[in-house]
Amino acid sequence: MADIMTPVLGESVTEATVARWTKKAGDAVRKDEILVELETDKVSLEVAAPADGVLAEIAAAEGATVEPGTVLGRVTEGAAGSAGAGSAPTASPAPTAAPSSTPTPVPAGELQPEATPGKPVPTSTAVPDTSAPKSEPVLAPSAQRVAAENNLNPAAISGTGKGGRVTKGDALAALEARANAPAPAAAPSAPREIHAREERVRMTRLRQTIARRLKEAQNSAAMLTTFNEVDMSAVMALRNQYKDSFEKRHGVKLGFMSLFTKAVVHALKQVPDVNAEIDGQDIIYKNHYDIGVAVGTEKGLVVPVVRDADALGLAEIEKEIGALAKKARDGQLSLEDLQGGTFTITNGGIYGSLMSTPILNAPQSGILGMHKIQERPMVVNGQIVVRPMMYLALSYDHRIVDGKGAVTFLVHVKDAIEDPQRLLLDV
Amino acid sequence: MAETTTYDVVIIGGGPGGYNAAIRAGQLGLKVACVEKRTTLGGTCLNVGCIPSKAMLHASELFDAANTEFATLGIEVQPKLNLPQMMKQKADSVGQLTKGIEFLFKKNKVDWVKGAGKIAGPNRVEVTAEDGSVRVLESKDIVIATGSEPAGLPGVTVDNNRIVDSTGALSLPEVPKSLIVIGAGIIGLELGSVWRRLGAKVTVVEYLDRISPGMDAEMAKTFQRSLTKQGMEFKLGAKVTGAKASKTGVSLTVEPVAGGAAETIEADYVLLAIGRWPYTEGLGLENVGITADKRGFIETNHWRTSAPGVWAIGDVTHGPMLAHKAEDEAVAAIETIAGKAGHVNYGLIPSVVYTVPEVAWVGRNEEELKAAGVPYKVGKFPFTANSRAKINHEAEGFVKILADPKTDEILGAHLLGPQVSEMVGEYCVAMEFKAASEDVARTCHPHPTRSEALRQAAMGVEGWTMQA
Repeated sequence: MADIMTPVLGESVTEATVARWTKKAGDAVRKDEILVELETDKVSLEVAAPADGVLAEIAAAEGATVEPGTVLGRVTEGAAGSAGAGSAPTASPAPTAAPSSTPTPVPAGELQPEATPGKPVPTSTAVPDTSAPKSEPVLAPSAQRVAAENNLNPAAISGTGKGGRVTKGDALAALEARANAPAPAAAPSAPREIHAREERVRMTRLRQTIARRLKEAQNSAAMLTTFNEVDMSAVMALRNQYKDSFEKRHGVKLGFMSLFTKAVVHALKQVPDVNAEIDGQDIIYKNHYDIGVAVGTEKGLVVPVVRDADALGLAEIEKEIGALAKKARDGQLSLEDLQGGTFTITNGGIYGSLMSTPILNAPQSGILGMHKIQERPMVVNGQIVVRPMMYLALSYDHRIVDGKGAVTFLVHVKDAIEDPQRLLLDV
Repeated sequence: MAETTTYDVVIIGGGPGGYNAAIRAGQLGLKVACVEKRTTLGGTCLNVGCIPSKAMLHASELFDAANTEFATLGIEVQPKLNLPQMMKQKADSVGQLTKGIEFLFKKNKVDWVKGAGKIAGPNRVEVTAEDGSVRVLESKDIVIATGSEPAGLPGVTVDNNRIVDSTGALSLPEVPKSLIVIGAGIIGLELGSVWRRLGAKVTVVEYLDRISPGMDAEMAKTFQRSLTKQGMEFKLGAKVTGAKASKTGVSLTVEPVAGGAAETIEADYVLLAIGRWPYTEGLGLENVGITADKRGFIETNHWRTSAPGVWAIGDVTHGPMLAHKAEDEAVAAIETIAGKAGHVNYGLIPSVVYTVPEVAWVGRNEEELKAAGVPYKVGKFPFTANSRAKINHEAEGFVKILADPKTDEILGAHLLGPQVSEMVGEYCVAMEFKAASEDVARTCHPHPTRSEALRQAAMGVEGWTMQA
């Protein structure tokens, strides 16, 4: 008997939903044939049969939530299948399909904040019917009675007894939690009536994830935003002066994103708190500068990461952003492209935004909002002059970044953009 | 020049704490020595405590039954007491059991070092043998398991002739016509029962206004009624201020605690059984900077004393002075020394009084729960409604289960009745697994047995006792 295991889903992905089984229990299967599709917050993956034989058991039904290592089902090796493999929903065997552990990128639609790495999601006692079985839970006789009478899924009750055994108190608590479960559980059972000229569309899992993560970021961080403005004259002049030779030399246009990325790295080095994250009672400082760049796509916002931006030249950054943006639009981003950013830049200016307060990309502690460049009258040396101005916003987690640090950070970014020679001299 | 041997662990004391520690250390592959002053292993428990007292309780119970109950069952006999033989069978059992520990020591490669152990300094134990020779044991860790001794009372000098302690009361040369027991705790009531069954008139004098401190008050009240019915007399709230022993008896001066006139009561023998003190005499605690508290107990934190590498378990530390508590601590301390996760659940150390009826309990009693403000539900079942107890004509007593009203987790189990000492373990296991009363109620119990009362009482917590 070979177990069909949930593969490792990626460092920041802790669970997946069983989207579809392509076979029924009793069907014959061939090694490496795709048996089940999993959907995660980021990508969907296919899991293949570990051996030739018969699909003996489906342990995690469609809709079940599974974690890496969860047994999805079992294949009896070498056995002959029932009735005929042709009865499977998608009978066409796919012997050359990807190995079971390779995540397949999902077509674009992605989320903004990433999952918090290294923080396992505690099994909820509240939602008994969606969790997949872990190992066989051991229930006290009384807990068995409570579960049976109330239709609780034993696997979804977290046990506090010896060796994780489920006590009567645990079962009663799960029952109570179910009774008190807030909207998410209750809402679907009593959907609002749809009126004429209304349409009900189910949120995709990705949209739900975006919604949940954004709200989580707001709930956990002490988030606030500080503003400044930057005179873009210098970088615009720089770009005008060198755009042709830059493009000729590097084969890529000199844009503002690379300059801002450099300015941000420069500022992060001055104010390390902004590049850190809170983990429990500790602060983790990151001595690497992996800058997430928000990219809008048809299905939502994605934030691919430019790695080690401090070690890249402007041209390399432009190339990297260009490549990531293309991948995002083509739905070709892999999990690795999306993980591990230490700070995020989002540019609402391309849609015309003049000012905004971005939401943190948890567990990061800072996000820079760029905006539309607009010519405005400015007073310089007592004279009113016209200058191309951009508002800058830094949303930050006040638990870790002090106001002074946040303001200083933004001033560093402003100074570097207004006088890009500072980046060259590192001052 | 003293001979020096090096060990991983040296245990001072060969009682239930010490010998179990030594065995566990041997099992875990530690080089271990156990230092014992007595000529036999087993400590107070085996030599002059739990074991010989149970031997006398068993024999005297049968004698009493032959006298008072056999006729009901249709057996007519005229029992005749052979006290020397009763003492001999007791000594035989004790001898076999202490030899058993010697065997276990050999089996687990424990060195038994005979003599009085003294901590001479960090990692050094000096053992003075009976002949005065001294051996030095070097050890990474030292475990103090020296136990306790009977507590004294000003004005009452134990001569172990007419005024005896628990040790003396196990070997009286004759059945006293009258015996006064000072202290209505477990030891006093057990030994008082022994001699009452064998024919003594027993009076128990207790300072408190109740017997068996620590026992659930309802159980204690029922228990006292039983003992009184058997002929035991109680003077509660009474303070003993003096005792004068003569060749043939003792006259005891007793005053009411609440105030009032003192009286003198006479008896052939007096048993002083008001408790026990930690035994640390000559142990050399000062050589490693350990100071015992006012009452002589050694402070520990997870069996570690204030001195590095020195541990203490059992009666010399705080907590109930019970062999099984010492045994649990022994295992936990040695496992901790060996780098494992030693653990003792102090909330679940059972207590037993081995009288007739027996009283056994584990967990918290009603008074403790009330004092802690913990709500609870009660389930009760009397042995009069239990078939096995009934057919054996032993239908005294009841079972009381206390459980959390919300989670139904069992908080305490209190048993009074025939042989309940053998039944309380079921609740120890259940409670260790955080069982609900319903778990016991839904567990099949054999019929007909007394253990059914445990289940029926558990049912009672949620109001569905079926057989009463």
